[in-house]
Amino acid sequence: MFSNFDFDVILRSLPYLFVDGMSFTLLLTAFAATGGIFFGTLLALMRLSGLPPLSLPAAGYVNLMRSVPLVLMIFWFYFLVPYIGQWITGAPRPIQVGAFVSSLVTFTLFEAAYYCEIMRAGIQSIPRGQVAAAQALGMNYVQTMGYIVLPQALRNMLPVLLTQTIILFQDTSLVYVLSITDFLGAASKVAQRDGRLVEMYLFAAVVYFIISFGASRLVRHLQSRIAIVR
Amino acid sequence: MNYHWNWGIFFETSPDGVHTYLQTLLLGTGWTLATAILAWCMALTLGALVGVIRTTPHPWLVRLGDAYVELFRNIPLLVQMFLWYFVLPEVLPVALGDWLKQLPDASFYTAVVSLGFYTSARVAEQVRAGILSLARGQRFAGLALGLTLPQTYANVLLPMAFRIILPPLTSEFLNVIKNSAVALTIGLMELTARARAMQEFSFQTFEAFTAATVIYILINIAVTFGMRLLERRTAVPGFIGTAPQPAATH
Repeated sequence: MFSNFDFDVILRSLPYLFVDGMSFTLLLTAFAATGGIFFGTLLALMRLSGLPPLSLPAAGYVNLMRSVPLVLMIFWFYFLVPYIGQWITGAPRPIQVGAFVSSLVTFTLFEAAYYCEIMRAGIQSIPRGQVAAAQALGMNYVQTMGYIVLPQALRNMLPVLLTQTIILFQDTSLVYVLSITDFLGAASKVAQRDGRLVEMYLFAAVVYFIISFGASRLVRHLQSRIAIVR
Repeated sequence: MNYHWNWGIFFETSPDGVHTYLQTLLLGTGWTLATAILAWCMALTLGALVGVIRTTPHPWLVRLGDAYVELFRNIPLLVQMFLWYFVLPEVLPVALGDWLKQLPDASFYTAVVSLGFYTSARVAEQVRAGILSLARGQRFAGLALGLTLPQTYANVLLPMAFRIILPPLTSEFLNVIKNSAVALTIGLMELTARARAMQEFSFQTFEAFTAATVIYILINIAVTFGMRLLERRTAVPGFIGTAPQPAATH
């Protein structure tokens, strides 16, 4: 089975795979997770605000994003982002954005819907008495959320947020459909150039596995460390 | 926005010369549903089996089940599809590999198999959680009544566990439908692929993607509604029967 397995093609392409490919994947994951958690928290606050003009659009957005395949959303945003850019800057024609910006916008907005549901659960896990106590102390909404509710919600939900980020890391491989050179894209380009599909795809699978498995082990360890004893 | 809208495009003939664009989208919907339903049957069977294995009192069986779940959960679905589609025929004996490559609708079978395995790991997690959420007295009571371990699972634990995990299983089923779109990378002409093809030929980008989005939303609503009915029909009086909903994935 491995008699004509060519390890050399992997060794030769290592710099390309990791410097070009993996750095794109990791940067995209990091930025999209940060942005996604930020917008997701905003969406969660909107959904829980009790004000229909805020909660209804937020709920609609989240449900829309969660009922459509990520691949379709990648296509949507790939064609939509130039028009959004034109609309924001008031330029005369659609703005050409690079592959990184386009995928960053896609993943941030898409993952925000999933992070929103996690943050919503986290905020709802805080006892109502704490909100009442904060208000009794004279805190306004921003102070109550910023000092009392969100720090605890974040802490409670940290393992789930990180698990979602591991899923995001795996999902970034889907930028393949736009022929972008992320880690899988790089592996696939070498595979097709050198006719070494078996070696490159197996190697990609092993690398994704090691990173995802290692990260999920870390999350489990963290979970036991930060759990609040009640 | 200087985009030229043309909603009449759906009734124009697509490049295949036979179907209108609308018909090609509906054909794609058919492939999406066929892939998702077959993969779901496979995932439920395998997932139930692995989930049960992971709650048995045999340590090596548990470890085997754990390894299975970790393997299929920690590799991106797209990479798994490539492994089944491009790598498997190469590492098999030549005759078998050639037969696989020449199979008609190979991308369909590959999509079903890879989605099935991928989803089975997630179903296994749910089944395991469902069984573990039952009071352990139920297992003891079953065994004390003289039931064998398989009988205890079949007649005592699983009927209850499956009812408890119906809501998360609904999300998993919705995930299978959405994840089937990944199969466009191996050439399956499902709904997203059809929308993409329509965009490429007609340049009516946003009409094509809007139509696909609407169809996915309708499927979602139909499935959610159907599963609610099933939940109500199978509810055991006296039990609330809702498990904590884990974070949805896609």
